[in-house]
Amino acid sequence: MRVEPTPYKRVTGLGSAHHGVGHYIKQRVTAIAMLVLIPLFLFQFLASLTTGYDGVMAWLGSPFGLAVTFLNVSVMVVHMRLGFQTVIEDYIGGMARKIALLLNGFFALALWLIALYALIKISFGG
Amino acid sequence: MSANWSDPRPLSPFTTVWRWHVTMVVSILHRASGAALFGGVVVLVAWLFAASQGPQSYAKLMELLVSGPGRALLFAFTLALCFHLLNGVRYLLWSGGHGFEKGMANRTSWLAIILSVILTLAIWTAAYWHLGLLTVGG
Repeated sequence: MRVEPTPYKRVTGLGSAHHGVGHYIKQRVTAIAMLVLIPLFLFQFLASLTTGYDGVMAWLGSPFGLAVTFLNVSVMVVHMRLGFQTVIEDYIGGMARKIALLLNGFFALALWLIALYALIKISFGG
Repeated sequence: MSANWSDPRPLSPFTTVWRWHVTMVVSILHRASGAALFGGVVVLVAWLFAASQGPQSYAKLMELLVSGPGRALLFAFTLALCFHLLNGVRYLLWSGGHGFEKGMANRTSWLAIILSVILTLAIWTAAYWHLGLLTVGG
């Protein structure tokens, strides 16, 4: 059996990782989702602020408030990670880029987990 | 760009040699506002976390947010959000192949800038006068 030689660009870690289209589509799908979610969220968020702590908790604990907030934060975090990835790739090179990309992913995940924890805690009554 | 960059040619987007035009300005603003909104998401998650930790921590964070610098920051986030969202619609239309003509691209750039300022002022006006957020301490 003949083994195909590994292309030089693969050995040196250069060339397309074939993830570009996925990135492009995800960035746009999350953008379209936010066109609906952000106005919905902002409207309810501002209204809830006038009702003080108890009102905010009641809104975040309601099925609709929870759904809008959870979906909004989730989609935002994905969009944020992808967008910041592009910025990092544009301005940082070498090992620093790899570290920055790792931190970017970890940070986005950490933010999402904190939001998830907060919303679950609020849903179960604080 | 790597540390051992030695190519003397100017870097994209050639900000030092190009006459500034509005599509270039909104492109740069889109990136800047997107990066700023990174902070906006952090504040939003901090707000959710503070709310989950009880009335004291919520009140403490709200005190920070309604202070002078806090309000200035929230105003900047609102402006960044409105601009990024409206200019994002332009890019979605571009992705669909619409609005690339020079005149149209320039007009929609200005539209994104002007509408984002109007929308931000509208949101803050509504928050101040109709919702009375200034008077709410909690």
